[in-house]
Amino acid sequence: MPGYLDILAARFPGAFTTSVFRDNQRVVIPADKAPEVLLPLLRCLKEDCGFDMLAELGGIDYLNYPNATDRYCVVYGLTNLSTGQRVFVKAFTNDPEPELPSVVELWRGANWMEREVFDMYGVKFTGHPDLRRILLPHEFAAHPLRKDYPLRGYGERHNFATVTRAES
Amino acid sequence: MALTSLLPDFLVTKLDHVASLLRKHSLWPMPFATACCGIELMATASSRYDIARFGAEAMRFSPRQCDLMIVAGRVVMKMVPVMQRIWLQMPEPKWCISMGACASSGGVFDTYAVVQGIDRFIPVDVYVPGCPPRPEQLIRAILDLQDKIQRTGTIDAREFADRSSYEGPTSLAKELSPQETIVAPGDYRTATRLRVPLN
Repeated sequence: MPGYLDILAARFPGAFTTSVFRDNQRVVIPADKAPEVLLPLLRCLKEDCGFDMLAELGGIDYLNYPNATDRYCVVYGLTNLSTGQRVFVKAFTNDPEPELPSVVELWRGANWMEREVFDMYGVKFTGHPDLRRILLPHEFAAHPLRKDYPLRGYGERHNFATVTRAES
Repeated sequence: MALTSLLPDFLVTKLDHVASLLRKHSLWPMPFATACCGIELMATASSRYDIARFGAEAMRFSPRQCDLMIVAGRVVMKMVPVMQRIWLQMPEPKWCISMGACASSGGVFDTYAVVQGIDRFIPVDVYVPGCPPRPEQLIRAILDLQDKIQRTGTIDAREFADRSSYEGPTSLAKELSPQETIVAPGDYRTATRLRVPLN
């Protein structure tokens, strides 16, 4: 078991579970703990365990996934640049208002990635300096990577006026 | 014998005919290239295929200077207002070629963001099939368009004035209620729909 997990277990007892999938060491924070624990845990990983780079940040919707208890998940892929170690922190959150603390204060590069997760999954990041849609137009109402969103959408793609030849 | 003795002293023709004859041999394309079809469009413009042979080599990147919009590639819903604006900025008379499967029908991109055919939003004169079309097909489209200009063109572009309705395929002009949600896999025939009432 890597040493940083001991540090985490001592600081945040009972707040997370760990698992290994292939080479990936994962730290899983359930939805009831995530709002309080996520930010201090990531700060501990960054400042005390040497995971100084946020390599990736993405969202997952576990709707109808077998044995899933919480719905939305945000994955933080951290890298220790001096040892090359990686750890994946998975923080869960649930409907009706999925919400997680923003990590922009730890890694400024998280800004656009959190905006993308907000855009596609509707997870609100509290404390984010500029939480707007990043890819879809601002009038778009839905969050299209949610599993209950139909592949072809609700008709947004055709909700435009037709320009006819006579008026152009 | 002098050549002039063989020719008549005067010709009778229609002004529309002459205008169309001149226009069709000097199309100025506006390359609206959003995807891989744009690469074929570039190939068509370059020396091997060379649409300069048909007078359409003057690609301009300002819609104010163009009279032929070539939409090459898929168009997403965020791009539709841009495309319409560019189309409206082009001076009359103007024509539009929908190049490739994506621009004409959405192609394989049947997702929430990709428009299922640009002919719902702007008028289209010639459709080019293919994914992407070969440069020869685009040249064929330009020849077809030249033919269309010659047949229908008028000097003051009055042939456009009475075209005030939706010009896309009629089978697609079907309005579904906003409550109707189509979940894939669905009926490919009705999966595309219009919420705005057609005029």
